[in-house]
Amino acid sequence: MDVIEILRVSKDSILSNRTRTFLTVLGVVIGVTAVILMVSIGEGARRYIKNEFTGLGSNILVVVPGKTSKEGGLHMGTSAVRKLVYDDAKLIKRRSRYIQSSIPIIVGTSLIKYGARSRYTYVEGVSEDFFDARNLTVDSGRFLTATDVNLKRHVCVLGRTVKKDILGDINPLGALVTIGESKYRVVGLMAPKGVTLGFDIDDLVFIPITAAMDLFDTDSLFNITVKVRSEQEIPAAKKDIKETLIKRHAGEEDFTIMSQDEMLLVMEKILKIMTAVLAGIASISLLVGGIGIMNIMLVSVKERTREIGLRKAVGAKNKDILFQFLIESIALSLVGGILGIILGTAFTLIIPVFITFLPTQLSVWAIFLAFFFSASVGVFFGVYPARKAAGLDPIISLRYE
Amino acid sequence: MISLRDIKKKYLLGEVSLEVLKGIDLDIKKGDFVAIMGPSGSGKSTLLNIIGCLDRQTSGTYQFEGIDISSKADNDLAEIRNKKIGFVFQTFNLLPRFSAFKNVELPLLYGNMSVAERKMRVIEMLSKTGMSHRAEHHPNELSGGEQQRIAITRALVMNPSVVLADEPTGNLDSRSGAEIINIFKELNKEGVTIILVTHEMAIAQEIKNVITIKDGVCTSGCY
Repeated sequence: MDVIEILRVSKDSILSNRTRTFLTVLGVVIGVTAVILMVSIGEGARRYIKNEFTGLGSNILVVVPGKTSKEGGLHMGTSAVRKLVYDDAKLIKRRSRYIQSSIPIIVGTSLIKYGARSRYTYVEGVSEDFFDARNLTVDSGRFLTATDVNLKRHVCVLGRTVKKDILGDINPLGALVTIGESKYRVVGLMAPKGVTLGFDIDDLVFIPITAAMDLFDTDSLFNITVKVRSEQEIPAAKKDIKETLIKRHAGEEDFTIMSQDEMLLVMEKILKIMTAVLAGIASISLLVGGIGIMNIMLVSVKERTREIGLRKAVGAKNKDILFQFLIESIALSLVGGILGIILGTAFTLIIPVFITFLPTQLSVWAIFLAFFFSASVGVFFGVYPARKAAGLDPIISLRYE
Repeated sequence: MISLRDIKKKYLLGEVSLEVLKGIDLDIKKGDFVAIMGPSGSGKSTLLNIIGCLDRQTSGTYQFEGIDISSKADNDLAEIRNKKIGFVFQTFNLLPRFSAFKNVELPLLYGNMSVAERKMRVIEMLSKTGMSHRAEHHPNELSGGEQQRIAITRALVMNPSVVLADEPTGNLDSRSGAEIINIFKELNKEGVTIILVTHEMAIAQEIKNVITIKDGVCTSGCY
């Protein structure tokens, strides 16, 4: 039997039971839609993170306490991880000629108050070089200065959102806000920047590192952000930092220096795994859809037993019957696949419009993968029913009631 | 053209082996009109299935137009059924979702023919059996007699050398039944070999060669 005839028979059979066909195909539609959507969300997150990282400022190294072992094994060190302190940051700068600035950073949450209004927000203790290293700008007023840091002045620079929430429309410069227990004078207002790496820059308050150490009653740094003079000098700078800190930490390397690229790589890796996991979960629903197809094909073979018997009696070979049922299940799953691709693409394009914090990136390979996968679902789950149909005995089939 | 020698057929029903045909010898010549008679369970349908290459004998030799059927593979038998044999069933076995035209066309689909050729053949055969006006009707829109005519048209569409009919009038009233038998007679006059299973004496009386089978053995009319 030629392919066109088989396709026509499949079409007739699929269309003759519309509700059943629709419900069967729905499983595959949902599966394919889910795969495309999940991969698109994962890809969107990846692209978003990548853009954020490149906006971080160039030639940045970040030193964090604790050794993240690249081998992934447990750290079996005998001594506790030493914290990084303010003096470490100062020493790093002094000991290396490749380093432009070395910024100690402490981050914490604290209550910020002005008059009757108050709210909790992130407070970041930084030194004067921070703003230059991170390419931040002020709208009005000024950044923190070296004098602010050295004299532990109670001054602060507000992000846009904090200012709006706490001060409303009044001129922020010179206002006295309460952070924690003490009063701070507002000296600057940040230019709007938006969310970077999970931190909403607009929702931050910057104070001198020295004041932050008092506020959070700690000398343990969140990290030391180092700006290297030029990209070529990054390896040399890393080496210098390492030597300096190992010496200060009694010969032990209990810290990690990450470059922007390395951080990006780690993030990419995490997001790749996340995308794969999402796609994996989504493909389970595609698998369930495939089982649905197999189920309906088995029912169809049973229902059409007499038809199969008759076809064989008038000259159909086993392979004719096999192809007929196989093509039918492939057609079912492909219809589902195509509908799923349309639906998945539509959702991918619509979602960022309604859920603004969820970036999506339509991925062509996800579409191909979903299409290929749905076709193979049709083949895989169609083979068993089709073989069953092809193997039927014509005499018994003709007598089947 | 058909030559059966010592054909035996056993079925295994669990542990018990049931011998349905116990050694049939039969010769049918081209252009014959043969009726196979016998009580139900006598094995006449099994014999017809073996002649029609739908079933295989357990032992014995079957030559169809000089071909040794037992040596052929399933695919070859399918081709023989397609090209050489036309089946007519008691229950018509028309596909309910297909029009009369499509039902008649079915054997042609497995015979590697172009669309135009198929259409020509179907139209030609439908007019021969007087069913042209019903071509676009579905089986449930036709009377029993009309359905059987469509089924006969389907059996003839490949120009087979033999038509096998298993109680073709069993589900019809006597008038429609007589009409169907007349069609077979007409066909036989044109040279088509016809083998017909029936247990109606009235029909058998009109046919020159009658074979009687009882308990798997041929009691009269055989070789």
